Amino acid sequence: MDNTVNLAQAGATDSTPFLMRLFRMRETGLIVIILALFLIMSFASPYFLTWANMRAMSMAFAVDGLLVIGMTILLISGGIDLSVGSVTALAMVIAGWLFLSGIDPWVASAMAIALCTAIGAFMGFFVTRVGLHHFIVSLAIMVIARGACLLFTGGRPLGLYTLPPEFKFIGQGSIGPIPIVIIIFLVFVIAFDFMLRRTTMFRKVFYTGSNEKAAAYSGIRTKKVIFLTTTLCSTLCGIAGIIYMARFGSAQPTFGLGLELTIIAAAVIGGASLNGGSGSILGAILGVILLSLVSSSLALLDVSVYWQDIIRGSILLVAVTIDHYLNKRRG
Amino acid sequence: MQDDVILRISNLSKSFGPVKALRGIDFELRKGEIHAIAGENGAGKSTLMNVIDGILQPESGQIVLDGKPVKISSPTMAQQLGIGFVHQEIALCPDVSVAENIFMAKTNTSRSWLMDYNKLERDAVDVFRQLSDIDPSILVKNLSISNQQLVEIAKALTLDCRILILDEPTAALTETEAQTLFGIMRKLADQGISIIYISHRMVEIFDNCDRVSVFRDGQHIVTQNVAEIQPSDVVNAMVGRVIDNLYPEKQVASSDGVILKVSNLTEATRFRDVSFNLKKGEILGIAGLIGAGRSEIVKGICQLEGDVTGDVWLNGEKLNLRNYRDSIAKGMVYLSEDRKGDGVFLDLPIAANVSALKLEQVANGVGLIQSAMEDTQAATLGRKLNLKCGSLSDPVSSLSGGNQQKVALAKMLSVNPRLIFLDEPTRGVDVGAKSEIHRILRDQANEGVGIVVISSELPELIGVCDRVLVVREGRISGQVTGDEMTEENIMHLASVMDAQASVA
Repeated sequence: MDNTVNLAQAGATDSTPFLMRLFRMRETGLIVIILALFLIMSFASPYFLTWANMRAMSMAFAVDGLLVIGMTILLISGGIDLSVGSVTALAMVIAGWLFLSGIDPWVASAMAIALCTAIGAFMGFFVTRVGLHHFIVSLAIMVIARGACLLFTGGRPLGLYTLPPEFKFIGQGSIGPIPIVIIIFLVFVIAFDFMLRRTTMFRKVFYTGSNEKAAAYSGIRTKKVIFLTTTLCSTLCGIAGIIYMARFGSAQPTFGLGLELTIIAAAVIGGASLNGGSGSILGAILGVILLSLVSSSLALLDVSVYWQDIIRGSILLVAVTIDHYLNKRRG
Repeated sequence: MQDDVILRISNLSKSFGPVKALRGIDFELRKGEIHAIAGENGAGKSTLMNVIDGILQPESGQIVLDGKPVKISSPTMAQQLGIGFVHQEIALCPDVSVAENIFMAKTNTSRSWLMDYNKLERDAVDVFRQLSDIDPSILVKNLSISNQQLVEIAKALTLDCRILILDEPTAALTETEAQTLFGIMRKLADQGISIIYISHRMVEIFDNCDRVSVFRDGQHIVTQNVAEIQPSDVVNAMVGRVIDNLYPEKQVASSDGVILKVSNLTEATRFRDVSFNLKKGEILGIAGLIGAGRSEIVKGICQLEGDVTGDVWLNGEKLNLRNYRDSIAKGMVYLSEDRKGDGVFLDLPIAANVSALKLEQVANGVGLIQSAMEDTQAATLGRKLNLKCGSLSDPVSSLSGGNQQKVALAKMLSVNPRLIFLDEPTRGVDVGAKSEIHRILRDQANEGVGIVVISSELPELIGVCDRVLVVREGRISGQVTGDEMTEENIMHLASVMDAQASVA
């Protein structure tokens, strides 16, 4: 009923002007908030606008950015993955453990990434073939992977002091003034953002998440799509784990505790829907940047660590609430 | 006469933003009458009902109940005033018993600490005594849709309602079930309950209601005793113009070319030994009761579901399909009966919906979608189907039912199909769009595309098709053509006086 009413309206004004559309895009809103925060912090703390701080901040969100890419795509297809934190840690631990057993670090990394991919495929199998919910399957894997991390390390970080410098270069080096980590991050973001917007392959992810049955009735093999997005998310965890290992020069079994929540929060702030069918890489990355900016700002302002979680949680709630009302108005 | 009127609405207006959904509506409901409300989607029927039920608040106008002006501020208040609303969508708790569902409101306001299940069931039996013999202890999810509808009605009745609003209650019912419902409605009306009955179907209105009111563009057009008005007048009042020919012309001459040949198609549990031909230029209908296997057969032919054996030839070529993708590749597509459930992607743009069957058509060699091509495709097909929309990047959910269905149809046509199976192609579509869709089907058939239509609406099948197959219990029980195409003949073949139809 209301729909037809809107239609009459839409028919009258042909298409929305570019500026209006830009204004309505969630990405624009996030950029404005980030810039505002940036401005405020530049005045609030003398250390904020320094090269060292900028570098540290971007390093902090760059690797998480890879995880949020995988999570966003998975959310769009209608899934969710709670195991990203533990699987990332597992990649680090396995690669470190293999390296310490005398295997070449590149080969060890490839094996660790392959293992993560296999974990993703394993979850994908349970979701698509057995028919369990993503939430439960990934919750189980989250616990299992964390247990495996502790098992392989005896609960202590593995010091990887003998990593060859060219390997550490991935995590610590830079080309000119730009850290390698940032370059990797940008390559992934641009590549996936482009693919998600433009390729037929990823369009099917939107179809599947928007209405799985309608997608099946369009000849799309939805189970395969979900299997692949689940696997992709874990593969990206593997890659992120390796980069973290190169950056820290160690493998930490307790790395990434609670990371899954930050990643999901970032994707949702960036516009991904928990019901599937919508989301964008750019938005999700802005979400990560926002959360990371808030964390480092709070740290710079000497806010207690305990307060930080409370503030970040509140930001998530506010962001999602605002978006909910904006959507209502648009709808 | 004045005393008869239980509800009087005068000069009622309601706007959504700049759009006037109701403009100065006058409406009268008499005690104990069944009052049909007709109008196309967007005519203001639902808005008016939502105002009566307190879901929406009008900007101006007066509601007089039993001679006293009232302001209905919420559905709870509407209930207290004795207004019951049975929505089109069933809103029951599936995992809870019938009795608990019926008395949910009472349980909610109850002051006792413990649930008295025995009393609930006893009370429920009392309520059902006048309706039907549903076991109140059964879980709602185990009931058929029609019985769930009865539970909804029972729920409204327990609130001592004097006005009962039924919003398209027969949409999901079979003919027999609908007849049972009409019987119950009449019984309730005889007890003095006033019923507002919203429906698209003229036959139902004229067979079962006392008066009919027609709405269009938020205005009240006419109210008449059913005995004093013709169905065609109601339709004309609904669309605001004269529809002289509701259905397009039939096939002129029969041809020899066979598009589809199906032989001995069998599925484990749902259908057996189905054989038929579809000739070029012909529109073939498939009739049958719900659950007879109509949809299952065509889904089986295009490998959408089921484990099917038997042979299918398309334009003389024997098909060996492994899945629905193969079927699409061969040019054989299926338009789903459940548009919102599996026909369209509601929150995705129109253009992205149209292109979904074969994305390669709007992509370049390396699999990149060319949005210009996608828009052109949607615009071309949209123009062909007379699709009314704002921008092609608007989500499908912003469209009316008829236009959503056109998007679903455009999706089918986007692959230049050789054969389209259409399952309930005009369900939930208003009269104007309906006749446009029928015209499109005939045009396609004339262009040599095979058209197979499944419909529960017999007048539609008879009006649109050249030949109708009737399915009963998973077998083709017969076919009718030409003058034999009557509702009686089809119903006879569909049910063949067996007991199964009468068991609800």
